[in-house]
Amino acid sequence: MSWRNKSMLARWLLSGEWQAHRVQSGVAVIAIALGVALGFAIHLINTAAFNEFSAAARSLSGESDLEVRGPQATIDESIYPLLAEQEDVELANPVLELDVALPNHSKERKDATLKILGLDIFRASVMAPDLIGIPAEDKLFDVLADDAIFLSPAAMEWLGVKQGDTLNLSVGTRKVALRVAGGLRRARAGQRIGVMDIATAQWRFHRLGQLSRVELKLLPGTDKAAFKAQLEQELEPQNQYLVAEPTTRETRVANMSRAYRVNLNVLAMVALFTGTFLVFSTQALSIVRRRHQFALLRVLGFTRKQMLGQVLWEGAILGCVGSLLGLTLGYATATSALHYFGGDLGGGFFPGIKPVMHFDPVAAMVFFILGVGITLLGSAAPAWEAARALPAPALKSGSEDTALAKLENPWPGLLFLASGILFTRLPPIFDLPIFGYLAVAQLLTGGIILMPPLSALIFTAVFRMVQHASHARPVLTTALARLANAPNQAAIALGGILASFTLMVAMAIMVASFRVSVDDWLRHILPADLYVETAASGDTRGLTPDEMKALAETPGLVRVDFFRSSKLMLDPSRPNITLIARPIDISEPGNTLPLTGESIPVAQLPKGAIPIWVSEPMMDLYGYTLGKHVTLPIAIPARTFIVAGVWRDYGRQFGAIQMRLADYQALTDDQLVNDAALWLEQGVAPEQVIESMRQLPFGNALKFSDPGQIRALSLNIFDRSFAVTYLLEGVAIIIGLLGVAASFSAQALARIKEFGMLRHIGMTRRQILGMLAIEGGLLTALGVLLGFVLGGCISLILVFIVNPQSFHWTMQLSLPWESLLSVALTLMFLAAFTAVASGRHAVSGNPERAVREDW
Amino acid sequence: MEKSSTRRQDALNLEPAILELRHIGKAYSSAGDGRQVLTDLSYTLRVGEYVAIMGESGVGKSTLLNLIAGLDVPDTGEILIDGITLSSLDDDAATRLRRREFGFIFQAFHVLPHLTLSQNIALPLLLNDIPAGGTEHMLDAVGLTGRGHHFPRHLSGGELQRVAIARALVHRPKLILADEPTGNLDPDTAHDILMLMRREIKANSASGIIVTHSHAAAATADRVLVLTKDGLHPFVAERDVDLPKQNK
Repeated sequence: MSWRNKSMLARWLLSGEWQAHRVQSGVAVIAIALGVALGFAIHLINTAAFNEFSAAARSLSGESDLEVRGPQATIDESIYPLLAEQEDVELANPVLELDVALPNHSKERKDATLKILGLDIFRASVMAPDLIGIPAEDKLFDVLADDAIFLSPAAMEWLGVKQGDTLNLSVGTRKVALRVAGGLRRARAGQRIGVMDIATAQWRFHRLGQLSRVELKLLPGTDKAAFKAQLEQELEPQNQYLVAEPTTRETRVANMSRAYRVNLNVLAMVALFTGTFLVFSTQALSIVRRRHQFALLRVLGFTRKQMLGQVLWEGAILGCVGSLLGLTLGYATATSALHYFGGDLGGGFFPGIKPVMHFDPVAAMVFFILGVGITLLGSAAPAWEAARALPAPALKSGSEDTALAKLENPWPGLLFLASGILFTRLPPIFDLPIFGYLAVAQLLTGGIILMPPLSALIFTAVFRMVQHASHARPVLTTALARLANAPNQAAIALGGILASFTLMVAMAIMVASFRVSVDDWLRHILPADLYVETAASGDTRGLTPDEMKALAETPGLVRVDFFRSSKLMLDPSRPNITLIARPIDISEPGNTLPLTGESIPVAQLPKGAIPIWVSEPMMDLYGYTLGKHVTLPIAIPARTFIVAGVWRDYGRQFGAIQMRLADYQALTDDQLVNDAALWLEQGVAPEQVIESMRQLPFGNALKFSDPGQIRALSLNIFDRSFAVTYLLEGVAIIIGLLGVAASFSAQALARIKEFGMLRHIGMTRRQILGMLAIEGGLLTALGVLLGFVLGGCISLILVFIVNPQSFHWTMQLSLPWESLLSVALTLMFLAAFTAVASGRHAVSGNPERAVREDW
Repeated sequence: MEKSSTRRQDALNLEPAILELRHIGKAYSSAGDGRQVLTDLSYTLRVGEYVAIMGESGVGKSTLLNLIAGLDVPDTGEILIDGITLSSLDDDAATRLRRREFGFIFQAFHVLPHLTLSQNIALPLLLNDIPAGGTEHMLDAVGLTGRGHHFPRHLSGGELQRVAIARALVHRPKLILADEPTGNLDPDTAHDILMLMRREIKANSASGIIVTHSHAAAATADRVLVLTKDGLHPFVAERDVDLPKQNK
C-alpha cells in the first residue's frame, strides 16, 4: 500500500471518527493539554526561579577560584593576610556577608532581611566589579564612607528609598542609620542587596575583626585542586576552615530546593498520569464502539499491523495536538505566574527574586514527547486489542464486551501491587524517593487494573442479593444486571476518576497528617506564655547580657529561657544547619524537645561528654545516630559531643542541633542570645509584661508574640506552601471528571439500541435516566471505595517513605474524614449527574428507529 | 430452460477453479463441549460461477464463508484460492490475498458511517493501491449516481446494500462472498439488489457465493447447493426456484 493511499485512508478514517465524536476526542486532547501544561509550567517556573536564584548567589562571589570560610557564620580576619600572602594567590578578597534585620513594620517586610555585603573596594573592583557602588559625582569617596550604603535597584524599590535617603537597620535592640549613597554598577533584576565598605560594615554591625569568607583568585596556571588540598592541610586549626569552589555554592543552592522542586514536578505529573487513564478509557471505549468497523476493515484487507498503526496513529495525533496545546498553555501560565506571583510557588525557597522567563526548547521537547508518549501508552492496549480481534466474530452484534474480557484477569493488577510493595522497601536514590514514587505509580496502576474484576465480583454479589429481595425494583435490577454482567466498559470509564480520587485521598491524608503533626509540634515547642525577639530573622538580631538581665528582672515572670541560634556549615555542598543553644533539662529532655524516640538517660552519658540533641535530617544527611560521638567546630579546638536524642523539626529541613545554653556559652565566647521565652506568674496577663518591657531602654526594639500567633502564622505559611498542591489536585479531579463525562457519553451513544429496546418493552425515559444515574452512582461509589483503600495505602507511602526520604522528617498519620467524605459524596453526585446528562441525548431519539435493523 | 441451464453448467465446468475446498472439517469447542460444524467438505467453484448455498441455521454456512475468506482456519483439509493454499499463508499474506481477490457483502451492510459513499466504495481501491477514481462509475452502476458525497445516515437499507455491492466489486475481485445480503431488506428491494448483484458479478467476470435462507435469493445464482452435515449437495427442486418472487 503506497504512502499516499495509506495517508489518505488514515485521514478519512480519522476525520470521520473525530467529526462524529468531537466531545470524546476534545476531552482527550484537553486532558493531555492540561497535564502537559501543568508539568511544563511548573518546570519553567521552577527552572527560571532556580536559575535566577543560582545566578544571584553566583554573582556574589564574582570571579573567584576558591573561597575560604568557617563552619560558623564568621571567621577571624587574621586569616586574611595569611591567604593573601600565599604564593599562588593573585588576589584575596575579604567579604562580610550579613542578612540584616529591618526595623520597618511594613507587613511585607516584617520577617524579611536585607543581604548586605561588606567589601574591600580596591579588591572587589577586580574580583566582583559588578558589586561596586556608584557614588554621586561630587561624593566619590562615599565608597569608603562610614555611613554609606549602596543599594541595588530592586532593594531601593523594595525599601522605598532613593539616593540620599536614610536607611534604618536593626542591630540587636539598636537601630543603625545609613545613608543611601547610590546604586550598584550592575545587579540582577529583582536582586535585593546592599554593599558597603567592609570596615564600616564590621563596625556598624558589631562584627569587628570578623569576616564571612575570603575569596581567592589564583595565578594563571595554578593547579586549583592541588592548591586547595594543600591549603586545607595548612590552615590551622583543622576543621575550623572550609576551602570550597564557588560552584559548591550552586550545589548548595540546588540541594536546598531540590526535594521541593522534584516533589512539585511529580505532583504536576499526577495530572498527566490521570490523563493517561483518560486517554486509555477514551480510546478503549472508542475501539469497542468501532469494533464492527475495524472488523470490516480487517475483512476488506487491513493487516493487523496496519490496524495497530491506525489506532496508534490516532493516539499520536491526539497526543501531538494535546501536547502542543499544553506547551502553549504551559508557557502562557508560567509567564503569567512569574509576572504576577514571582518565582516562589509557595515553598519559600525563592523569595523576592524576579526571574526572567525563557522558552526552554529541550524541556518543551521532553514534555512534548511525554505527552505523546502517555497518549500512545494509553492507546497501546486498545490498539493491540483492535489488531488482535478476530474479524468474523467481531462483526457480530454483542461482541463488545468480549473485547474487554482480558481486563477481567486480576493477575496483572496483582503483579503491579506486589511490585509496588517491593519498591517501598528500596532506599532513596540521590537523596530522592524515586522508588517511593514508583511504588505509588505501581499501586495506582495495579488498583485501576483490578477495577474490572472487582466490579464484576462485587456487582454480581449485589445483583444476587437484590434479585432475591422480594420487592426488587426494575430500574435498580436492570442497572445492577448490566454492572454485574458487562462491567468492563463501565469500569474503564472510571480509570481517570479512580486515579485522581486515589491521589487526592493520598495527598489529603498526607497533608492532613503533616498539618496535624506540625500543629502538635508547634504546641510542643512553644510551651511558654510569651516570646520575645528583636527581629524575626537575620544575622544581626540578638540581646546583650545586660539586656537579658533587664528582661529577666521584669516583674510577673516565673521563668525566662534564652535561646541562641546560629548557622553552622558542616558540608560546603549542603545548606547550613542551625545550632540552637537553650536551657534543656538533661534528665527530662522530652519536656523541652519533641523527641521522636529513645534518648540517652543522663546516668548513661559518658563522663565529661557534652550531650546534643539532633533533628531527624541530621541522621539522613550527616549519618548521626543515637549515642554517636560527633565533632562540632564551634570552639577551638573542636569539641566532641554525644548524640543524646533525636527530635522532630519541621522548621529546618536541612538539619538542626540543640544543646544546653550553658554548654554553648562555656565552649564559646559568644554570650549573645537571639530570643527569649517567658513563663508568666499565675494571674499576670501578657499585656502587663509587654507594657513593663516596653518601658525598658531598648523596649521599642522588642517584638512580642504569643504562642497562638506564632502557631497561626506558621500554619498559615504551611497552608500557603500547599496551595499549589491543592490546585494541582483540583486539576487532576477535573480531568478525572472529564474522563467520566467522555466515557459515559460514549457508552450511552453505544447503547442507543439497548435504550430503544427498553423503551419498547415499557420503560419510561425517566426510568432509563434513573438507571443511568444508578449505574454512574454505583460505579463511582465503588471507585470511591477503592480510591479510599488505595489512597490510604499510597498515603502510607507518602507519609512514611516519600516525606522522610525527601525532607527527612517523619510525621504521625491523621485522616481528614470529613473533607474526604464530602469530596467523595460530591464526586458521586457529579458522576451520577454526568451519567444522566450523557444519557439524555441517547434516550431522546425515536425508540422505533433505535432498534430498527431491517429497512 | 433445463437444457440451457445444463449447457451453461457444462461451459462453466471447462473453466479453471477459483476455489477448491478439500475435505474441510471444522469444530467449535466451548467449555470442553466440541460441536462439529463441517465434516469432510469438498467442493470446487469455477471461474465465472455464481452459486447459492442454503441450509438450516447453525449448519455452518457463515463458518464456511469465513473459512473461504481466510478469516477462520479449518481444523482439517485445505482451501485453495486461485491455486494458492490458504493454510500456507500467514495472517498478513492471507489478508493481502483477501483484499485483492475477494469482495464481501453482508446482511448488516457494514458501511462505515463516518465516510461518504465514495469514500466507502474507495476503501478496497486504496488498500490495493489502485487510484481511487472508479467510484463514480460504480455509483452509476448501482443506481446511486451523484450521491458520492452523501453519508450512509442519509440512505435507506436498500441503498446501503447497493453501496456494499459497489464496494465489493470496485477493485474487480475474482470472488464475491455474500452472507445473507437481503436478510434485512423487504422483498421488492431484495429482488432489485439480487438482480443488481448478479448483473455486476457477471459484468465483472467474477465468481460468487451467496449464502442465504431465501429461495428467491438462491434462484438468482447459477447453481443452488444445500449445506448439510454430510456436505454440499445440489438443491433437488432446482426448477422450482427459477421464479424468484414466488418462493420467498
